[in-house]
Amino acid sequence: MVGFDATSIAGKGFAVEGHVGVVVIGAGPAGVAAAIEAAGLGLGVMLVDEHPVASALIGIDVPWMFGERMDGAVRNQARMVERVVAARPELQVAVEAGVDVRLGVYAWSAFVEGPTSRALPGPMLGLADEERAWFVGFDRMIVAAGARDLGLAFPGWDLPGVMGARGFAAAVGLYGAFSGRRIVVLGAGAAGTEVVRLARGAGIEVVGVVDVEGGTALAGVPVYAGYRVTGVEGVEVEAVTIARGDGAGAMRIACDTIVLAVDVVPVVEMFDLLGCRTVFDGGRGGWVPVVDEDGRCSRPGVYAAGDCAGVSDAALGDVGLAVAAGRAAARAAARDAGLAAPMGEGGPVVGGLDRDMWRRAWLAAHGGPEVMVCRCEEVPLGDIVGVRPPRYLAYDAAKFAARDVRTLAAEGPLNQDQVKRLTRAGMGACQGRRCREQVQAILAMSGNQATGSVPMPSYRAPLRPLPLSVLAAFEESPEVKENWTAWFGIAGQWHPHWEKVPEDLKYETRWNPGVEE
Amino acid sequence: MTRVVVIGGGATGLSTAFWSLREGAEVVVVEKGIVGWEASGRNGGGATHAVSPLFAEEQRLWPMMDDLLGYPTEYQRQRVRIGLSRRQLDLILEGVTIARRQGFVAHELDNKALRELVPFVSETAAGGVLLEYGGHANPQRTLQAYAWAVQDLGGVIQQHTTVIGFETAGGRICGVRTDQGLIGCDVVVLAAGPHTAQLAAKLGIRVPLAAARAEMVVTEPLPLIRFGGADGNGVYGRQTLRGNLAYGGGPHEWIDLPDASTPKPVNSPVMQSVAKRVFELFPKVAHARVIRSWAGVVENTPDGRPILDRLGAPDNLVVAGMSSVGFGLSPASGRAVMQLALNGACDFADLAQLKLSRFDGLAGDWAEAAGWVPWTREGAVA
Repeated sequence: MVGFDATSIAGKGFAVEGHVGVVVIGAGPAGVAAAIEAAGLGLGVMLVDEHPVASALIGIDVPWMFGERMDGAVRNQARMVERVVAARPELQVAVEAGVDVRLGVYAWSAFVEGPTSRALPGPMLGLADEERAWFVGFDRMIVAAGARDLGLAFPGWDLPGVMGARGFAAAVGLYGAFSGRRIVVLGAGAAGTEVVRLARGAGIEVVGVVDVEGGTALAGVPVYAGYRVTGVEGVEVEAVTIARGDGAGAMRIACDTIVLAVDVVPVVEMFDLLGCRTVFDGGRGGWVPVVDEDGRCSRPGVYAAGDCAGVSDAALGDVGLAVAAGRAAARAAARDAGLAAPMGEGGPVVGGLDRDMWRRAWLAAHGGPEVMVCRCEEVPLGDIVGVRPPRYLAYDAAKFAARDVRTLAAEGPLNQDQVKRLTRAGMGACQGRRCREQVQAILAMSGNQATGSVPMPSYRAPLRPLPLSVLAAFEESPEVKENWTAWFGIAGQWHPHWEKVPEDLKYETRWNPGVEE
Repeated sequence: MTRVVVIGGGATGLSTAFWSLREGAEVVVVEKGIVGWEASGRNGGGATHAVSPLFAEEQRLWPMMDDLLGYPTEYQRQRVRIGLSRRQLDLILEGVTIARRQGFVAHELDNKALRELVPFVSETAAGGVLLEYGGHANPQRTLQAYAWAVQDLGGVIQQHTTVIGFETAGGRICGVRTDQGLIGCDVVVLAAGPHTAQLAAKLGIRVPLAAARAEMVVTEPLPLIRFGGADGNGVYGRQTLRGNLAYGGGPHEWIDLPDASTPKPVNSPVMQSVAKRVFELFPKVAHARVIRSWAGVVENTPDGRPILDRLGAPDNLVVAGMSSVGFGLSPASGRAVMQLALNGACDFADLAQLKLSRFDGLAGDWAEAAGWVPWTREGAVA
């Protein structure tokens, strides 16, 4: 037996602050129910939720499309914590049940053993707040990360005042900080109906519901079925203009906020990070983890509960289903841990209407080449279809005239990551949270293939954009510090080629010393 | 017309294809996935390799590549090396002598001059060096530029095609067998990165390589600094033309490659240590948000130097492996490999020391002896 390469990860220590039996990600209905149930069954539980998120993240629409319609109160972190606790009274029950509740904490990564990661001491969850980042060891993880807003481009959707269904729900409910008064809702399905219900409960005026297809009648609210958005007036939203598909029926609706509520999509980033298998299921809202009836994912010890396992009209209208799914996941985790626990009485949604068609219909109604799809990197639809370089780069237009996603498709199945590399669509600060679904659908429609045949672009840590200063605020282990090398630490890679590398020349970490002498 | 089959659509293989087409050869590139998908398309983008015999050619070619390929690579000339401490700065200067001995120029920078070029650095940094050589490019864009240029010159790139064996006759390879059929050839270039060892083994040739995972982080865009290729403090990388800070370094992980596929290279807690060193390097932009990390799989030879060799048996095989430093040197390595493939020898660089035969006497357990093996609880078994 000999030693491992000292400059490799083998044998390196990574500090963890404690270890829990189960970590639950997300304190929505499914997550809180899972945490309380798991604690009651005898498991040690930590419940992590990112809300209230920093106002800086709200400003870049992470995790939801807040559309710059949150008032100044969100800058007061302590006050926002109080509001979150007040909006989720069941958190108090969780605390009393012995759950270690962490609010305003980001679950930014998880590192687990895999084919290219064998040297970890055990599963590690990366957590961070506004000051620092740290790790917690865990045995099992219940992911109840919920759903996020489905971004769908229309002319003017990048203006302040355009928000998403989840962003609106948070502004009105969780944060109590909505700054608008008159809203137009885009989408007359379950998500749009829920926005109308929330708005009415909060005394916010709903002046219209617009849908490119049909729409259910909503008492007292004008529904514009078969209409599309032709523009937004103002430097921020002052009015929306709409028309029928053929251009007839053009009209202007004055409003200060547009709520994009065509649909919401499951948040699957943690599953991808953990290497859990995902599939595209239009009936469950897009990419979803592969789960069994109790929410067990393909990777042992990982469970999915609530909207992140799939969305459906039934589940969007009934939080009881999420609560049941949370309990089922907790019971499965307890049984898998060798504890006595009853079978669950609920589980992940089984799927329903093909929600993928709504995206396609919306994009077909609004998809001109100039419409901005990736807002972070300012990539319009035409540049995605034409696989054009970003606008800061000079390039030979004639060369690109013969290339687009169709020529790419002729060389092999279209891959969203490849188009991202070429166009930068999805490469910005929000990491495609506002444009992934659109780009996928655009590629599928351009290549005349099923949406699910375009592979999901990968998610990577950090799952929330964290400042360098926060990631840097940790104590690095001496083994990592003392053996640090910029590259492999092989002498021959640093020694001039005209000299033979001396037999006894060992690479020394002196090549890359730290700040200290 | 000579028919060159290049195995591997990475930087070295695609560059070889490009240069071969310019010499009038017929070229087929066989790639198991998508071009530039592995380490060639996800590295630090550096193009500053003074220790290499291909250095002068690397420096000569890069400024021409956008025009030669016809597509943008985002190549930028010059680099700044930053020393936070006097000791770091001394070591940078020691490294710079290797380029200076070859006639290249570098200027020392005091703290004030350094901060004028790189305002992200603090007042306490010891100083830096401005290299009037070297540079950096966007690996993803460069790899696609190579691929498109190859197609524009009439080359064929077969993606999603896995090589499963070779047909040989009379001491030569006469065909490359793939899961999509047999491809006839006059010369074969084996440039499959970490998988080169497995493929060479099908011909009974031992190419000693060990595969490892390495990782990087990237921030949101920041205002552009004058020379984006600024690094130091144990991390390599650059500011992209979009403004992102993209840096890597730190402990790698040796991995197994049991078959022709490459497992998804994940990140590890090391990415946080990379971010910490970027923070130390650029404290004035401590607020910049890290938006992503990624990892890649690279290979290393026992001495860490490339293998660029036209073998004697079979006599129409060129082994081209760059030992984890392939992207930046690719304009030059591809041209060298093209000459080995078409002419049998390289006329612009001395490749004598890069022959495979230097490993003839190597022990069978060399990787275990070096500790270049995946971690197990039982330890490395020699």
